[in-house]
Amino acid sequence: MWTELCGLLVHSRSGSGGASLTRKTGRTYLHVSRREDLVVSEYNFAYLDEQTKRMIRRAILKGLAIPGYQVPFASREMPMPYGWGTGGVQVSAAIMTAADVFKVIDQGADDTTNAVSIRRFFERTAGVAVTGATAEATVIQTRHRIPEEPLTEGQILVYQVPIPEPLRFLEPSEVETRKMHSLEDYGLMHVKLYEDISAHGAIATSYAYPVRVEGRYVMDPSPIPKFDNPKLEMSAIQLFGAGREQRIYALPPYTQVVSLDFDDHPFEPPKADHPCGLCGATDSYLDELIVDDAGGRLFMCSDTDYCETRRAAGHVGADGVAQAEVRP
Amino acid sequence: MYVAVKGGEKAIDAAHAWLAEERRGPVDVAELSTDQIKGQLRLAVNRVMAEGSLYDPDLAALAIKQARGDMIEAIFLIRAYRTTLPRFGGSEPVETGAMDCDRRISATFKDAPGGQVLGPTFDYTHRLLDFKLAADGEVPEALAQEADTAPKPHIMTFLDREGLIQAEPDGADIPPDLTRAPMELPAGRALRLQSLTRGDEGFTLGMAYATQRGYARNHAFVAELRIGLCAVEMDIPELGFAIEIGEIELTECETVNQFQGSKTEPPQFTRGYGLVFGMSERKAISMALVDRALRWRELGEDNVGAPTQDEEFVLYHADNIQATGFLEHIKLPHYVDFQSELELVRKLRREASVPQQEAAE
Repeated sequence: MWTELCGLLVHSRSGSGGASLTRKTGRTYLHVSRREDLVVSEYNFAYLDEQTKRMIRRAILKGLAIPGYQVPFASREMPMPYGWGTGGVQVSAAIMTAADVFKVIDQGADDTTNAVSIRRFFERTAGVAVTGATAEATVIQTRHRIPEEPLTEGQILVYQVPIPEPLRFLEPSEVETRKMHSLEDYGLMHVKLYEDISAHGAIATSYAYPVRVEGRYVMDPSPIPKFDNPKLEMSAIQLFGAGREQRIYALPPYTQVVSLDFDDHPFEPPKADHPCGLCGATDSYLDELIVDDAGGRLFMCSDTDYCETRRAAGHVGADGVAQAEVRP
Repeated sequence: MYVAVKGGEKAIDAAHAWLAEERRGPVDVAELSTDQIKGQLRLAVNRVMAEGSLYDPDLAALAIKQARGDMIEAIFLIRAYRTTLPRFGGSEPVETGAMDCDRRISATFKDAPGGQVLGPTFDYTHRLLDFKLAADGEVPEALAQEADTAPKPHIMTFLDREGLIQAEPDGADIPPDLTRAPMELPAGRALRLQSLTRGDEGFTLGMAYATQRGYARNHAFVAELRIGLCAVEMDIPELGFAIEIGEIELTECETVNQFQGSKTEPPQFTRGYGLVFGMSERKAISMALVDRALRWRELGEDNVGAPTQDEEFVLYHADNIQATGFLEHIKLPHYVDFQSELELVRKLRREASVPQQEAAE
């Protein structure tokens, strides 16, 4: 029974093919690549032993069956520190196949140091192909962002989660919060949001903004900015791994995910006041950079693949230069 | 014009190469061998084995060398290696009463069968820097004695005979395994002890010390502290009986604590228990004190709200590998969450300043 279920999970994403994807744009630096020279053979495929993967897959399947519910799992010590993505890494390792194309982003970027480290970990232990292009990836591991480009059926988005419990900062005891979830007792959360409004005139939560899944579980979407919350209803499978806290939870495709709010204070995803300085996008989440001693600012897309794709297509922002000038 | 900085991979490679050079230190000084670490920094090796949950002095010495003496980093290396090992079974319970003791002391009885054995201890040394060690490490040979073959039964058994010490229930045949199943609370005593024995020495010490100073005070006497080698036996299904597969050094501490009695129990003593790999007596005593404080519920004592009585607080925060990872992760980029906070604070400040301006006008 288990293997059939597992087969389903793998089968459901076979649609987007393996490493033989072709590029849509003419860029060369984000091509799917496979580094045979990095592969180490001392470990099992994707590092974890098969029993551990099986245990994790069971937790994933349970999570998919009960969207938003935090499934305890026997998280392993990984060769990277707790808090640095061990939950996401274990989930990725458990679902990864040799045909996958893997992408890792941290803060939206493929080239932040920890994203580089995790991507290389799987290049070494699984020999999988990697990419920076969102559309080419079959498994995307992320920290703190959802890619701007809509994901499709057949893709899996794996989140690294620091504190999976949305009620944790209201109630520090795990015994108590599990009880609150089972009783659907979310009064404390509503009181907190209400107090925000009475104190600040608005809900003062800007990231890790709590959501309710299919009218049942209140869930922490991981520390993504609330700008990303509307994207949580998507076509791809979303898996959340919290290694240190030993929890896995999941959102199957097309699951209803509602950001908590009040009738008279509806949830409003923030919109940047500026276009991206490099590509001119007005619909993306922006990082703010300090560019000179006078405190001059540059706003640019946090999703580097999105920004580069746009610039490659000829879009130029106020502070950018045409791609042709950078890469003749 | 701004071009986004790239090159994370190159930076990481360069940093690691530099780290390797720093680890080696000045090349005109001989390299430290793992045998030297194993033989001369044995207490460090013991701590790494205890908190790494892996009894292997050679690997612990290697980890200490690789970690440049950072103990938590060394423990982390051992833990990460440990998870990759296959598990082929569990041992029989070790018989600590039959321990080949290097050290065995009791603070509750002046003498007892088996005697008091001081062993190689720092106790009663005067903590004066020995500058001779900086020059040469030659030491005069210690006095040798005939091996002490006297049996050393647990001191607690003498209290037990009088019924003065609380009887312990038999444990489950197969105790839960912290490393194979997620921790779920409330945890039984076996699981608590498992968590404490691999818990951070400093954390356990602090928790134990707090009980001594009055946060859930349960005055503890060290009934017995013993350190030495114990045989590990394992039942081999093909043979049908247990055989000895090796020896491990252990530190065991049993404390005897006051207990006023309850509705169902007459006044009697209760115990706290500590058992740790290697010679690790500070840790073993700390563990026994924390164990005893966590037993308030089963003994019908009051919860005075002390941190050491709070099982969830202690067990969730004792593991230094979890703690250091999460603590240090705040070094990682948080541009995105910080940016959203920045926007929120700006927005709230804008809104807060509007009524003031209106009032001024």
